[in-house]
Amino acid sequence: MTQLLNVKDLRAYYGQVQALHGLTFSLNEGSLTTLLGANGAGKTTTLRAICNMVRSTGGIEFDGKPLNNRSTESIVRFGIAHVPQGRGTFTTMTVEENLQLGAITRKDNAGIVSDIERMYAHFPVLKQRHTQQAGTLSGGEQQMLAVARALMLRPRLMLLDEPSFGLAPLVVRDLFGILGKINREDKVSILVVEQNAQLALELADQAYVIETGRIVMSGNAKDIANNEEIRKSYLGY
Amino acid sequence: MELFTNQVLAGIATGAIYACMALAVVMIYQAIDHLNFAQGEMAMFSTFISWQLIQWGVPYWGAFIITLAFSFVAGIAIERILFKPLAKAPVLTNVAGFIALFAIINSSAGLIWDFTIKQYPTPFGSAPFLGSQLISTHQAGMIGVTVLLLLGLYFFFQYTRIGLAMRAAASVPESARLVGINTSWMIALGWGMATAIGSIAGMLIAPVVFLEPNMMGGVLIYGFAAAVLGGLTSPFGAVVGGFLVGIFENLAGTYIPGVGNELKLPIALALIISVLVVKPAGLFGRHIVKRV
Repeated sequence: MTQLLNVKDLRAYYGQVQALHGLTFSLNEGSLTTLLGANGAGKTTTLRAICNMVRSTGGIEFDGKPLNNRSTESIVRFGIAHVPQGRGTFTTMTVEENLQLGAITRKDNAGIVSDIERMYAHFPVLKQRHTQQAGTLSGGEQQMLAVARALMLRPRLMLLDEPSFGLAPLVVRDLFGILGKINREDKVSILVVEQNAQLALELADQAYVIETGRIVMSGNAKDIANNEEIRKSYLGY
Repeated sequence: MELFTNQVLAGIATGAIYACMALAVVMIYQAIDHLNFAQGEMAMFSTFISWQLIQWGVPYWGAFIITLAFSFVAGIAIERILFKPLAKAPVLTNVAGFIALFAIINSSAGLIWDFTIKQYPTPFGSAPFLGSQLISTHQAGMIGVTVLLLLGLYFFFQYTRIGLAMRAAASVPESARLVGINTSWMIALGWGMATAIGSIAGMLIAPVVFLEPNMMGGVLIYGFAAAVLGGLTSPFGAVVGGFLVGIFENLAGTYIPGVGNELKLPIALALIISVLVVKPAGLFGRHIVKRV
């Protein structure tokens, strides 16, 4: 299997404070990889560093090309869609405008129109509300919209920051089901950051565990889920 | 009754200009969160450019179009050179930047064209409009051009990709970057458009107030009043505010004893303060809620 994302010795800083202390990990093409860890471990920072939204050093390669020192908006053009923490919804715009914005870098108008229909098929609730202001959607609907917006890029890699945050358990199940389907059917590689380790491990094939800015454990998601010692000491369930 | 109608129509005509200024102010406010104190001076300078072109024999509408293009480019240049480097600077640094810009433009205009009052032509003439004594053709022209401009802007922001991208960049900059929008250039584009809109206001009001380096001082204060009234976060509100302020100003000048022409400007300032006290977000503005 080819490596799609390759991160080497990643260090990130907020002002003088160092948040990542040399992270090394990789993600295979077509895989669904999860990054686990407690609050403040550096999961969000890792995603933000990949998109150059925080000062960092070290190597980040996407499909063999270095991403360092590129602007956030140009990294998107590599086919990396980032669903940030808090979903990043354009709340004052309509649902459909949010979807159009996801495809703003694309030029194929016919493809965009058919992709919007495809998203409505994935997420029927968005079709019902397509003229509604996105800020009026419920949390779960906004998360669906955020995922749909990211998919409108036709990304090769999707970065998801805590998609389960603030959602009802049933909604989370739904959402994770859709993510799995997108990963299998649309061949989108996914890197998902989660605090809900149990659920993320069910979904993912690969997993990394971060603690205070370092990778402390990595491997097959099933193995990690079955290893009681790791579960107890790092994942807390 | 005729006096009343007359004053309302005249108010709509000047209100159109205030609406343009308010819109220019709001566009820049949306992009960089600062009030552009130099908006009026920029408009004044553009108006002088068009006057100079007309003096050189360029027909009015030719000068109008060239001035629009000049203002658009100049607005982008000002953002790139002066305000992009100040993007992360504290508020007061930006305020100093705007005051500097105000002084530089005002003095340059005085230096180039001196401070004497000049006549400025109107392409519409000043005969009674359609034979009616209620409104002049120039006033009708002011309203007409503004309405066309507003329709054009509405279409641009609602139905074009770049308009959508500009709205996105102004409303959630971080998400805009994450979908691949170059927010920095969207800000520059906003400056260019705001400057061009301001130049239209300048060229339309110049036949009324006469051309001189301080011609936009009062107009900009009305523009601010309009923007605050409508809500600094709402372009639509700014436009509505502009028309309301124009009408209000005229009616107050006519019907409130002792106001007359001299006290019109303080009325605009009183309006700003009252709105800020009673409804700080303006008629159509959103309350900005910050998590602490």
